[in-house]
Amino acid sequence: MTTLAEPGQSIGTSRRSAPRRGAPEHEALSRAARWARRAPLLPALIFMIIVTQLPFVATLVISFIHWNALYPNDVAFGGFGNYIAVFTDPTMSASVLTTILLTVAVVLISLVIGLVIALLLDRAFWGRGFVRTMMIAPFLIVPVAAALVWKHAIFNPSYGLLNGILTWFWGLFGQAGSAPQPDWVSAHPLAAVDTALIWQWTPFMMLILLAGLQGRPLDVIEAARIDGASNWQIFRFMTLPHLRPYLELSALLGCIYIVQNFDAVFTITSGGLGTANLPYTIYQTFFEAQDYGQASAAGVLVVIGSLIVATFALRTVSSLLREERR
Amino acid sequence: MTAIGARTKQPPLPATVGLGSGRRAGRRPGRRKGAALGIVAWLVGLLFFSPILWMLLTSLHSETNAATNPPALFAPLTLSSYANFFGAASGASPWPALINSALCSLISTGLVLVLAIPAAYALSIRPIRKWSDAMFFFLTTKMLPMVAGLLPVYLIAKQFHLLDTIGLMVIVYTSMNLPIAVWMMRSFFAEIPIEVLEAASIDGAGLLMTFRRILVPLASPGIIATALICFIFSWNELLFASVLTSTSSSTAPVFLTSFVTSEGLFLSKVCAASIAISLPVLIAGFAAQDKLVQGLSLGSVK
Repeated sequence: MTTLAEPGQSIGTSRRSAPRRGAPEHEALSRAARWARRAPLLPALIFMIIVTQLPFVATLVISFIHWNALYPNDVAFGGFGNYIAVFTDPTMSASVLTTILLTVAVVLISLVIGLVIALLLDRAFWGRGFVRTMMIAPFLIVPVAAALVWKHAIFNPSYGLLNGILTWFWGLFGQAGSAPQPDWVSAHPLAAVDTALIWQWTPFMMLILLAGLQGRPLDVIEAARIDGASNWQIFRFMTLPHLRPYLELSALLGCIYIVQNFDAVFTITSGGLGTANLPYTIYQTFFEAQDYGQASAAGVLVVIGSLIVATFALRTVSSLLREERR
Repeated sequence: MTAIGARTKQPPLPATVGLGSGRRAGRRPGRRKGAALGIVAWLVGLLFFSPILWMLLTSLHSETNAATNPPALFAPLTLSSYANFFGAASGASPWPALINSALCSLISTGLVLVLAIPAAYALSIRPIRKWSDAMFFFLTTKMLPMVAGLLPVYLIAKQFHLLDTIGLMVIVYTSMNLPIAVWMMRSFFAEIPIEVLEAASIDGAGLLMTFRRILVPLASPGIIATALICFIFSWNELLFASVLTSTSSSTAPVFLTSFVTSEGLFLSKVCAASIAISLPVLIAGFAAQDKLVQGLSLGSVK
């Protein structure tokens, strides 16, 4: 208290002295005050501008240069050559499609499963906290580790868990030798990547939706139940509308993270068998083909594409922000 | 008397039984349904947890027992794969990679907090004009795929001889997490009632004093949530680490990918390594489950 009281007087006097300084200085003072308010923001803002905008400018410049690091003597201005190469490159357009398919499938499926599990966990039952903890665990495994385990310990055709279970099950009928042993990753490469990602992202969706469910107005739901509303009606007309912002938020965040996924594709299929998404393809163009120009052009196009998607997504977020401001 | 007493006692008896059984009959399907749903929840939870259980079991089996089909569930347990991972057989110790990961994650998390807390203050407590524009700038940078910045960051780092250094990874991870941290911290600061801050300023607390004595203590759960998320994302990152680091500063996820070889059995070792590397995240995540939700939703879900 005493420590607070002393500077209190000094501020009080400075406040009182402020009007005495007169009108001419008032504008300068408010400008200084405005800068004082902005000052705490500036380090973060400047840092972000430097580390995100400078590389982008570099990408933009390089995207117009014909530059393959494997041929260091053949660097020249390339005009739109790199962009034309990106648009005519079938692997690039295929990877755009793969990215969309992968993202939509993973976000939608993990959202639906996450919603079902959130509804299950919203009820009281024995061991609820423990089940919740078990559910969260997949999200806490390092993504590369999870992808490695799925690939080698679960999908592997000769000693993976899935085929092990098939052998065991057929073995129950004395026919272990004739059990089907599919090569999961080769037969369904995209589904294999999807599965590993859905396993990791369902807990994420579940956590956000569960938080949403627990914010439901229970008295209103009780009133509806007394009025004879069925469980389905309560879910359809009360729970679902209440959850809408949470569904939108988890879908948006899921998209942001899964569009950028690299680890699962890199680990499980190494981008083969039609699973190369945009991040992987750009990584390959840059790191393996060493085609700096084309990788940059692809990068610029990805940025433009994400900005278009982001403007739509931001509308969702801005409605969240407005609600928060009241 | 006894007969009458018995008679007078008797009528209510069936009635109560009837009422009771009626009530029970009304409740029983609900209760049975509730129990059934509880069992379903347990089954689903176990299904989602089973890959981790399998990972744990495999890591505790010897390599030959791990690679059997059908699985040798009851094979003797051994810690040899963990010993292997920590360099007993191969000689490649994971400690440099683990220490690099810890350094990158912890330093960048600290830097993120130092930058994000004042920024969030400027964006929420005494909002500057056009504060929402600044917020959206931060969010937009998060929506741009990191991979688009991979090549220029590589080239710039090469120019300034920063490749394969911890410092470079710290800068990359700070830029990766700063937007998330600003969003989270802003929402945590917005929760602090303005009256508290007004009272502080009436009592004469200056900006630094308000910060140290009021804002940071009140928002400390939020700060912990933010730090947790930043730590997890940095610890997990693979793409930039695999391109920008090689020998002296390679991180744990990069080390993990180097494990898989085309010859010999490695399954148990990979599982042991996966668990060992995930352990810090698992511990942090379990310890702060509620914070995790707040963090993952950028602070918008409380």
